[in-house]
Amino acid sequence: MCNDCGCGLPGEKPAGVGAHHSEPAHEHGHGHEHEHDHEHGPGHHHGHDHSHPHRHPHTHAEAHAEPGHDAAPPAENEARRTVEVRRAILEKNERLAERNRGFFRARGLLVLNFLSSPGSGKTTFIRESVRRLEPDLKAGVIVGDLATDNDARRLRESGAPVVQVTTGTVCHLEAEMVGRAVQQLDLRDRNVLIIENVGNLVCPASYDLGEDLRVVLLSVTEGEDKPLKYPPMFQSADVVIISKIDLAAACGYDRAAALANLRRVSPRARIFETSARTGEGMDAWREFLCEQQRARRTLGPLG
Amino acid sequence: MQSALGLALKQTREAGGGRVHVIRLRIGVLSGVVPDALEFAFGALAPGTPAEGARLVIESVPARFWCEACAREFQSEDLLAECPDCHRASGELRAGREMELASLEID
Repeated sequence: MCNDCGCGLPGEKPAGVGAHHSEPAHEHGHGHEHEHDHEHGPGHHHGHDHSHPHRHPHTHAEAHAEPGHDAAPPAENEARRTVEVRRAILEKNERLAERNRGFFRARGLLVLNFLSSPGSGKTTFIRESVRRLEPDLKAGVIVGDLATDNDARRLRESGAPVVQVTTGTVCHLEAEMVGRAVQQLDLRDRNVLIIENVGNLVCPASYDLGEDLRVVLLSVTEGEDKPLKYPPMFQSADVVIISKIDLAAACGYDRAAALANLRRVSPRARIFETSARTGEGMDAWREFLCEQQRARRTLGPLG
Repeated sequence: MQSALGLALKQTREAGGGRVHVIRLRIGVLSGVVPDALEFAFGALAPGTPAEGARLVIESVPARFWCEACAREFQSEDLLAECPDCHRASGELRAGREMELASLEID
């Protein structure tokens, strides 16, 4: 489940990775049929002997009336104490992301994590990018969606190997899902891995997948103030792609305002203004990726 | 929240604890995390675990930015920060994206 929005509550099927099957949307079983495989460890651990006096005044209001719970009998008499932890909540994801990064680096892959709202043109942009990158850069694609493999089918038209990850009700990809998906992808002659994240401008910002570059799309149809509305996502961007610029006139897109907003929220991001349909701006993007890929090659494997 | 709860329960076990009474989190204002959503998710996830009935305490961490030009740090309530001296937008975020399990009260 997501720390940000609470999606994917228990009772959900775990995210599936599959190259073929398109799963129907899972029924939401909100909350009540959890299948915890009980984390309960009270009493089963550490034979440290307690010499606490039995029966001391209980200060805490929570009188856990759970008779017969299998906790070891002395537990309720133990003193309440504070344990300092100070650890990142997403540590597990970060660890797995580092593992992915090591794997990617060892293979000389340039890895891009594409993020945007639904409908800003990720799939079309990626498909056209893959086509234009050939023959210098050969891409494999992992695509995440809550359900269906429609995007995977569209992406296969580019000729690249594609693996679909259906996340069920989870609103973002996690490093672990990518780690599994990549095992199913034939990367032998590939030097770029493109990950199309679930369309969502909030939660995916928190999840490192092990990518080299975070690419955030903003289509001209979305309004110039989108970066101001979703600062965490845009702040984390290495690259911002302004997509669908062929529609700019039709939707009264204010270019100056959009660029000013982006510079405010994502001052370090490289900005490309593109149209996947007309090809405008795609050469500059292609050149940039070639440069980035060359830079990776000279870096060599980690460690 | 599942990750937070998982980490809390693991730490509790490792400390030889039984029940969790208080979970303290530090959440940056720029982390994208909505405290209400955390509370809601905690309520859904905790029952049946040793953290059932525990109190969730969320400390909000303000955003702190670094201005390269003025070589100074500044805090901002606004998520889009401008240096109060030179009024340039700052790219370097020094704090405010934390999602941290700070401490636990257990027995």
